[in-house]
Amino acid sequence: MSLLEIENLSLAIGNRPILKDIDLTVAPGEVVGLVGESGSGKSMTAMTVMQLLPFTAKAAGSVRFDGINILAATEDQMCALRGDDIGMVFQEPMTALNPVKTIGEQVAEGIRWHTKAGRAEAEDRARKILDRVGLPEARFPLARYPHELSGGQRQRVVIAIACALKPKLLIADEPTTALDVVLQAQILDLLRDLVHENNMGLLLISHDLAVVTEMSDRITIMRHGEVMEAGETARTLSRQVHPYTRQLALASMHVPKRRSFFPLEGEMSPKATEGVASGSKAPGTTEMSRSGHSVAFSPSRGETTPLVSVENVSRLYPGRRTSFFGRGAPIHAVDDVSLDIAPAQSVALVGRSGCGKSTLARMILALDNPSSGAVRFRGETISNRGEAELKPARRDMQVVFQDPYGSFDPRQKVEKLVAEPLHLLETKPSQSERREMVAHALHEVGLGPADLDKYPHEFSGGQRQRLSIARAIITRPRLIVADEPVSALDVSIRAQILDLFADLNGRLGIAYLFITHDLTVARAITDEVLVMHEGRIVERGVTNEILDRPQSEAAQALVAAAPDLHRAIARKIQEQG
Amino acid sequence: MTAYLLKRVAIALATLVLASIVVFAVLEILPGDPARLMLGMNASAEQVEQVRTQMGLNDPLLLRYFHWIGNLVVLDFGRSYTYSVPVIDLVRERVAVSLPLALIALALSTLIAIPVGLYAASRQGRFGDTVSMGVSQIGVAIPNFWFALLLIYLFAVWLKWVPAGGFPGWSAGIWPALKALILPAIALALPQAAILARVTRQALIEVLSEDYIRTARAKGMPYRAVLWRHALRNAMIPVLTILGLQFAFLLAGTIIIENVFYLPGLGRLIFQAITQRDLIVVESVVMLLVTTVILVNLLVDFSYAVVDPRLRGRS
Repeated sequence: MSLLEIENLSLAIGNRPILKDIDLTVAPGEVVGLVGESGSGKSMTAMTVMQLLPFTAKAAGSVRFDGINILAATEDQMCALRGDDIGMVFQEPMTALNPVKTIGEQVAEGIRWHTKAGRAEAEDRARKILDRVGLPEARFPLARYPHELSGGQRQRVVIAIACALKPKLLIADEPTTALDVVLQAQILDLLRDLVHENNMGLLLISHDLAVVTEMSDRITIMRHGEVMEAGETARTLSRQVHPYTRQLALASMHVPKRRSFFPLEGEMSPKATEGVASGSKAPGTTEMSRSGHSVAFSPSRGETTPLVSVENVSRLYPGRRTSFFGRGAPIHAVDDVSLDIAPAQSVALVGRSGCGKSTLARMILALDNPSSGAVRFRGETISNRGEAELKPARRDMQVVFQDPYGSFDPRQKVEKLVAEPLHLLETKPSQSERREMVAHALHEVGLGPADLDKYPHEFSGGQRQRLSIARAIITRPRLIVADEPVSALDVSIRAQILDLFADLNGRLGIAYLFITHDLTVARAITDEVLVMHEGRIVERGVTNEILDRPQSEAAQALVAAAPDLHRAIARKIQEQG
Repeated sequence: MTAYLLKRVAIALATLVLASIVVFAVLEILPGDPARLMLGMNASAEQVEQVRTQMGLNDPLLLRYFHWIGNLVVLDFGRSYTYSVPVIDLVRERVAVSLPLALIALALSTLIAIPVGLYAASRQGRFGDTVSMGVSQIGVAIPNFWFALLLIYLFAVWLKWVPAGGFPGWSAGIWPALKALILPAIALALPQAAILARVTRQALIEVLSEDYIRTARAKGMPYRAVLWRHALRNAMIPVLTILGLQFAFLLAGTIIIENVFYLPGLGRLIFQAITQRDLIVVESVVMLLVTTVILVNLLVDFSYAVVDPRLRGRS
């Protein structure tokens, strides 16, 4: 008999239909994956099971958990179920814990509430479960506060809270999306072990097909609030009967077509060719850069200066205060890093969270100054320079951030938002010129002139990321630094954005520095990869070579932990026959 | 923790020194010779000169400043020109009225505001929220002296439960003294409570949309328990900030209410001292109030650290 049985579930919030005729079951000890893009209703299905919906929500159909009719249950009955028989883990570990309570209090709270245990007994049990999820007492006493833990450690606390009372069902809603791949693998292992130990049912919600495939026995694919396909994981994904399943799988494995950059081809403003068109370039040399040798070092390009050159750069942060007067040893966020990026070259900077990637990127963008060493842009030093001196460099380097929701002022129109970098130009464009330039940039990223007068909230996540890219290319920069530009996007959107990046690289000859912990992104659109670990570059070389045969321990860990749909399906087929 | 607290104390001390310099400087610049003021228009130049020397008014500026500060530290505020009594006695008498009044008003305001804020936040957008916020809007808009008149009419004139004004002094017994303070305290507390309730509601609504509230709900805690145990403490920082500012206001900014109820409080003391150019009194009371405000703010800073462990740093 199933633990959780959802039949013909429909849900509306206010007058807006959210879910339609959802069927889903989870048996004890079974892992069921729920996959879909944002807005497909995955989380709302979970929240219906938890009965934590907004008060205007109306559900119809049947949701039975362990024989209890959830849709008819009273709030008191639900309070008794939540945290005791049904546990839940959420996406964002950084904000999922109460900042003013210790981890011990937060884990013990649910135990005390449900078992009526005394403080000492509850703390004892909290200690045990924290040990179990990999937070040993020596380093993580109960009196720790959430802000003293990293994202991965906090997610372990959230799992401890959810699993403290050995629930029959655990719902994990994107539990690893906010974590780097190595942490993701660790957390998934932990969840798998907990399922085996307690014969717990696990409903794993994710937009990442590879993660779900690796983990689940059965899989349910949702779109627009409806179930598209459901069945055994191996069979569903190997046959891909439903077109949407195929579409998702293709998008997950998408590698954009890339073409080499020929400066004389395509729609180029004269400005865009500046500095690149000067050297004599046979197609062969560019080909060479594609096949991996950094352009700056290829013999036929000996005279070309690198676009960016980072020379022995370090960035120190003052150590943690140990007493009122004393401080610990300074922290080397970036430690003696050197690298070059050639014009039109696409470079990936990969590493785990906290390895110093973003600090390095900030220094390359001259948003931060190195403690020692220097960054040159087109041969000119840009470290420790005033804003006025930096203006020409700023014009030629732009940035695209991870979060397409947070990077726009919600009260301004697209025309103004995209035109923002134009103040860097020597001559201020007139009103009509400005509009023309914005329209052109929008066209370049696949948006229309009608979008000029819209506000950011009128766009989807993927469209907003297109807007950020339009804003980045409007000054015709030579370099774009992209900090996890697709990790907040759904797979199909992400495939489109990767295509866009590849296209702009080929057409406009923009060099990229992609900062990412996601190796599929690196593989998809970069020529060279730099692996960063604890502030140092530990490995560098041609992207495919490094990802296929990593040498350093850090690179090996990243490659081993990266979810891969091909590999996951192959393994599932072996397991499930 | 200690680093945070020591830093706050250092900032408070620096503010205090700066404030004392400003107060001293302003009184130096203001026209009028205290000695002549004391002796009256008919005093001879020699007499004035003698008194000036006696009072140390002819000493160098820096020496006088340190002399003044030194006396303040040992609570020697000098003598009032107009009352001819030590300023400390005047202040002590007035503080005995103003401080209890402020504390009662603050307690009342908090006791009303926090539950109303909690209630409104938990029913956000629904009937109870609209009504309580509507009432609080009226509370913010109506001046406190109008409440005072209303309260006097109702409880003193009509029901005759409490006196309409005046203060019998604490020597008359605790109950009669408290009875004289209760109406002014309510009149002071109502508008403050209205503001505080709105701040509490707003802070709570922000906190209630946080992810950790959902985590707490997923633990099986009922909504009400989540509100008290998880939301309230996180919403305390803006509430404490407003409370600190309100206390400072309640201590010294109550002159209108003191006048309505004929209370001999600090507000009236400053007002009279200013109209009579009794600069020693003004100087002392202003310094006293500045010190109190800085101390209250320091207390608020400390309470932030109690509420929010992130401010304490690694312990």
